[in-house]
Amino acid sequence: MPEVLKAPLVIEFPFTRSLGPVQSAFLTGLRERVVLGVKTTDDRTLVPPVEYDPVTAEELHDLVEVAATGTVTTWAWNHAPRRGQPLATPFAWVLVRLDGADTALLHALDAPGPGAVHTGMRVRIRWAEERTGAITDIACFEPHDGGPAELTGTTGEFTDPVTGIVAPARLDYTYSPGRAQSAYIEALATRRTVGERCPSCRKVYVPPRGACPTCGVPTAEQVEVGPRGTVTTFCIVNIKAKNLDIEVPYVYAHIALDGAGLALHGRISGIPYDQVRMGLRVEPVWTDDARYPDHYRPTGEPDADYDAYKELL
Amino acid sequence: MTREETPGVRDIAVVAFAQTDVLRTTDELSEVEMLMPVLHSVLDRTGLKTADIGFTCSGSCDYLAGRAFSFTLALDGVGAWPPISESHVETDGAWALYEAWTKLLTGDADTALVYSYGKSSPGSLRDVLTRQLDPYYVAPLWPDSVALAALQAQALIDAGEADESALASIGTRSRRVATLNSHAQLRGTVAQGDYAVRPLRTGDCPPVGDGAAAVILAAGERARELCSRPAWIRGIDHRVEAHSLGVRDLTDSPSTRLAAERAGAFERPVDTAELHAPFSAQEIVLRKALRLDDSVRVNLSGGALAANPMMAAGLIRIGEAAARIHRGESDRALAHATSGPCLQQNLVAVLEGDAR
Repeated sequence: MPEVLKAPLVIEFPFTRSLGPVQSAFLTGLRERVVLGVKTTDDRTLVPPVEYDPVTAEELHDLVEVAATGTVTTWAWNHAPRRGQPLATPFAWVLVRLDGADTALLHALDAPGPGAVHTGMRVRIRWAEERTGAITDIACFEPHDGGPAELTGTTGEFTDPVTGIVAPARLDYTYSPGRAQSAYIEALATRRTVGERCPSCRKVYVPPRGACPTCGVPTAEQVEVGPRGTVTTFCIVNIKAKNLDIEVPYVYAHIALDGAGLALHGRISGIPYDQVRMGLRVEPVWTDDARYPDHYRPTGEPDADYDAYKELL
Repeated sequence: MTREETPGVRDIAVVAFAQTDVLRTTDELSEVEMLMPVLHSVLDRTGLKTADIGFTCSGSCDYLAGRAFSFTLALDGVGAWPPISESHVETDGAWALYEAWTKLLTGDADTALVYSYGKSSPGSLRDVLTRQLDPYYVAPLWPDSVALAALQAQALIDAGEADESALASIGTRSRRVATLNSHAQLRGTVAQGDYAVRPLRTGDCPPVGDGAAAVILAAGERARELCSRPAWIRGIDHRVEAHSLGVRDLTDSPSTRLAAERAGAFERPVDTAELHAPFSAQEIVLRKALRLDDSVRVNLSGGALAANPMMAAGLIRIGEAAARIHRGESDRALAHATSGPCLQQNLVAVLEGDAR
């Protein structure tokens, strides 16, 4: 078996989320160093507040201030903080029931070690220096020796309320394409295109995926296809994509490489865009260090008969 | 719900089960390459071909692969041409089985293929799973799956319902019995290890692994044709807790209890239970919620502490319970699947073999 291909794959996205009235008030409050909960009809105070009662599903909107101090209801010592977590030094994850609340908030507790943490211990919020209206406006909790902190007396109404958050997410993967696609990528490195033939229906899949989707059986027999092929269908692209240095209009086509049982796609160049047609015979054009054809250009051969590619549309 | 509540509905059974070996990495295989042997294996057990299957449903999660719509590629392994009746759930395959069961109840199909798979190896699972949390208040803090399970374990310890040695014994027992399960990832003697997130040690946590599973369901007489001792689904139900951890009593699992009640689990004793408890403390919570005493054989497969392929481990619990009925080793078995942090979502199925 050839060497397994691997490459880093990073998925990064800034999730932009809008807030409802309750979440908006809560997160705006954090920005102003105020903690708000929401009252349920049976007079419980939920912190963090939610828009619907988790028991009755009633809509909730009565905001009430709670203290920035509270009691740990359970904890776990995190000796090796991971990326994105509130503290870079060892800390305790804690659920904290703030004074005046009936439910607990998840956050981090800055403490010297697990021996300094216990369920029932008193803690207070350490505010982040720069606050934007997000749960991370609470930098963490810290030990607190005393009773409930005084309330600020806020009404829960703020000028310039936060109406949304941007939560950046990043996940790191090591992508491995599997046996069939590894063989395809390795062949491309020598400028060959390799597919796999289904043992049952004899169709040649390019790129190969290791299975015939028609028959549901593994494919293994490698078949070299192309390099020439036939345009089976195409479209003319008139809108320039961001960060793309290809001038519009250009042609994007489905190309059935000779010997392949289905078409793959590529850009057509070397011919005016309005002269590209179904049946046009094309060949790949490689640039120096490319790992796949940059585009396809006409071979100059006569067009293929429609019957020769009609099954591949 | 149970069959008894809805008179006139058809009997539906698990008639075949197959699973892969669960491995830490399967770099050389794409998802479909990993899945296909299992699909062929489960079909072979019944003699059915893809074209004979009335409904197909799968469970998986794009966040594991880091790729959108990854399940569509896995469909290549099913043979989806000519077109098939197919669906997908973005969670454990146990929920795909629930959907397939309701489909068979409607009478629209007599057989169903259910499969699920997960490759955890491409990413860092603890980080990946943070993305399933509440995106406003929790996910920005990146609390990982082990940390949240550790909070639950500490709550159980504080409540006096466990201590660290009791937790350790659960992992030890699971991996010892898993020596009889050739598919399990961790088998035999495994060191309890250092703290992962205190109070949980590595031995209290499931191995991270890649794997796949598949079952075939069939209705009525069709089930008897395909399997000498079908595992009849007497009831199945799933329930969810409030999403906010701070609202819940982490030492209990009322959603599991309610699902079990609605699935008819408490009507008669079960002799076997397959619990999806990825962390040791969760087995204690589940045993209490399900009222399982020492007369019930729990997790003879080794359970999730021996192999926990994401998205397949719950379906495997149903498959393992059914397989024991197929082999005549159980007459009435309970299977449980979970999803989300600290047993957030729970599914319970009750399976029975014909009287002997």
